[in-house]
Amino acid sequence: MRIWGGPGARRGRRGREPRVMAQMAMVMNLDKCIGCHTCSVTCKQAWTNRSGVEYAWFNNVETRPGQGYPRTYEDQQRWQGGWVRTRDGRLKPRSGGRIKKLLTIFANPKLPSIRDYYEPWTYDYEHLVAAPASSDTPVARPVSLLTGKDTTISWSANWDDSLAGGNEIAAGDPVLASLRDRPDNSVLQQVSDRVRQEFERTFLFFLPRICEHCLNPTCAAACPSGAIYKRAEDGIVLIDQDRCRGWRMCISGCPYKKVYFNHRTGKAEKCTFCFPRIELGQPTICAETCVGRLRYIGLMLYDADAVAQAAAVEKETDLYEAQKGVFLDPHDPEVVAAAQRAGIPDDWIEAAQRSPVWDLIMRYQVALPLHPEYRTLPMVWYIPPLSPVVDVLRDTGHDGEDVGNLFGAVEALRIPVQYLAGLFSAGDPKPVTAVLRRLAAMRAYQRRINLGEPADESIAATVGMTGAQMEEMYRLLAIAKYEQRYVIPKAHAEDAHRLEALGTECSLAKLAGPGARGPYGPGPFGESSGTPVPVGVETFQMLRVRQSADTVAAPRDKQTRVNLLNWDGKGRPEGLFPPQRKDGERQTSDRTHNEPENSGPHNNEPTSSEQETSEPRDGQP
Amino acid sequence: MSMAAAQPPVTDVLLWVVYPYLCALVLVGGLIWRYRYDKFGWTTRSSQLYEATILRWGSPLFHFGILMVLIGHIGGLLIPKAWTQAVGISDHVYHLMAVFIGTVAGACTLIGLAILIARRRLTGPVFAATTRNDKAMYVVLAGVIVLGLWATVKANAVGGGYDYRETISPWVRSLFLLRPDPTVMAAVPTSFQVHILAAFTLFALWPFTRLVHAFSAPVGYLTRPYVVYRSRDPRGGLRPPRRGWEPARVTRKAGR
Repeated sequence: MRIWGGPGARRGRRGREPRVMAQMAMVMNLDKCIGCHTCSVTCKQAWTNRSGVEYAWFNNVETRPGQGYPRTYEDQQRWQGGWVRTRDGRLKPRSGGRIKKLLTIFANPKLPSIRDYYEPWTYDYEHLVAAPASSDTPVARPVSLLTGKDTTISWSANWDDSLAGGNEIAAGDPVLASLRDRPDNSVLQQVSDRVRQEFERTFLFFLPRICEHCLNPTCAAACPSGAIYKRAEDGIVLIDQDRCRGWRMCISGCPYKKVYFNHRTGKAEKCTFCFPRIELGQPTICAETCVGRLRYIGLMLYDADAVAQAAAVEKETDLYEAQKGVFLDPHDPEVVAAAQRAGIPDDWIEAAQRSPVWDLIMRYQVALPLHPEYRTLPMVWYIPPLSPVVDVLRDTGHDGEDVGNLFGAVEALRIPVQYLAGLFSAGDPKPVTAVLRRLAAMRAYQRRINLGEPADESIAATVGMTGAQMEEMYRLLAIAKYEQRYVIPKAHAEDAHRLEALGTECSLAKLAGPGARGPYGPGPFGESSGTPVPVGVETFQMLRVRQSADTVAAPRDKQTRVNLLNWDGKGRPEGLFPPQRKDGERQTSDRTHNEPENSGPHNNEPTSSEQETSEPRDGQP
Repeated sequence: MSMAAAQPPVTDVLLWVVYPYLCALVLVGGLIWRYRYDKFGWTTRSSQLYEATILRWGSPLFHFGILMVLIGHIGGLLIPKAWTQAVGISDHVYHLMAVFIGTVAGACTLIGLAILIARRRLTGPVFAATTRNDKAMYVVLAGVIVLGLWATVKANAVGGGYDYRETISPWVRSLFLLRPDPTVMAAVPTSFQVHILAAFTLFALWPFTRLVHAFSAPVGYLTRPYVVYRSRDPRGGLRPPRRGWEPARVTRKAGR
């Protein structure tokens, strides 16, 4: 394991060869997002379906305008995330430099509380079957997962989904507030008010968010322990769970609030870009399961030595162009040669040349970074939605696919454009307008072809493209196949024997045998102690507990009960009915952690404590 | 003092030689063992996510207080009286300084601890996240602090002051120098004796509680570059490759 300093360590050399590094990046086409939350759900199932991170959504889908998750995370006056440029042109975390971080380590003043996320809950399902006979239908009341007591659900990760809550909630959108506070343009000051006034006629779109895996991550900079690192091979930002000491500074540092604190283990966790899948050449689980097929994953080559300078450009509105300047053209023979000298494998360079992310960001220039003004150089980019504009045209009886109408509407509809600029270009409407015009032109160009009319090169020319480019861009945006949307070279694990080691080390003993531990079986110092359990094992354990539990906190005798879902309907295995208890006898079931693998499909184990102590169970089915 | 003069009583040897060394051994061995075995559990286990308003007062009060107390203990126990006298600090001035700074630090620590314990008990989610291990640790930690304050107050306010730099300090130094001298401890007031024994108990418990986070104070952050790069972990799974599974390597011979 090599550890070394980041881009800031070497800078300012002129006439140098670029230090080529590869970054796994994503682009999301917001016009296609229907807000179905499939990405969030599959991500949750894969990564955060665990105790302590119930409230953590490595992938979440926000409605815009809206407050986002956690609430108003974009309000950096309040949360102090990201970087600021100091007077001498250097960058410093907005929440303070190293000394301030250490002085506030005992109580981080900028940490969101659980109320800014939401109090995780479950339901008292047992009451549905255990309630005494009554004329009223019993209800399952919400129970807090933090205290185990009854709670009132008042917020969640997508409470304001599809503008639910109306303008009372949407008005709390920090992006709207930033437009209002902008002194340089009188039109903008009224934008948020008009959104509020014209709520019924306003626009909405969905914004799926994962960790940005920034080129200049503030979370890593804020970590006192140095536990957060950027992987040199693919740029994925990860937290070393063995080095994290729970100082919580990363959560404040990240302006996107995509680092979560596991309140059971006391460690920070974040989106991993599904690195185990990426290493095998598979897309992230959110991308794999995306119903709208709106996500693109590919490599970007960049000059690591140029990062610090680009992130520190003076004007926030220049950050978009500055970041594009950091990227290196993988088709350029000099870049290829430099990349080879930097040790990037040939198949990675080839993948970078085929990268859909490169095409969308640099060739067609339709993707924009989310909040470039945070100066972290984020690497999950977005194609801003044209649909708010099209919707207005359609609703007002205009032809929403006529290029003249669309261009006129992009210019005239300041509210959506300004709002999108507040998200994607630090408030500068020019890049957003350019993207929307390009998308509008493509729409008009393709409509003619769709109607059997001859292609109109002049439409393409108005946005500086050719008809062939229009066609290519259309194919990538609309009908690209899986292999074109996800161009992911496999990690070079020429030491593939490790896979065998994985296979042989992940024994049954680890899954369910005497060695089974994790949050469901505490180490010697309580539930956060011991070595980490692989996620797969942990999920297995948890599903096992859940399937055999029927109360909020699993009953003590859960190990002896039969899970009806697994019961094949034959016979009457022991444990199908609750054991008959003698008076005063209390069931013992400390067998969670030393149960041998003999349960079989029926899980029919001895049920009473006498049997448990008198008959050693020794592997009979 | 020569050992031939008088053999110290067995109780004194047990209390002031065997027990301290045993606790120190458990502390060091326990820390090494825990670091190797349980890096994942080595954390502050912060409860700030649950509750921040009270923590914001209690935690800095306690932590800055206990850091001052720590510095005071290091100064009082490890630096010989002769050294401070040599640089011109009279015993009276030293005593005044120690009492004044010590009172402030002790008060901060005690108030902070009281706030933190009350918060832990009264805030639902925080109490729910409190383990038995935590509770035991709080009893011992609070005990040591209260006993120490009690000994100081008793000696200074009620009595005319007790010069621990004549007895306790040489004894502590003798422990570090591996020439333990239990005889001086026999005459030390009981209040101080109890505080010292409780403190060593705390040291022995230290590696097995959440207090281990004190040993990972992130001072390296001050000199580290902001963004850390790391190459992909060459280990598969969680352990280093076992013997016989090392990756194939070419050892180049000279002369090729």
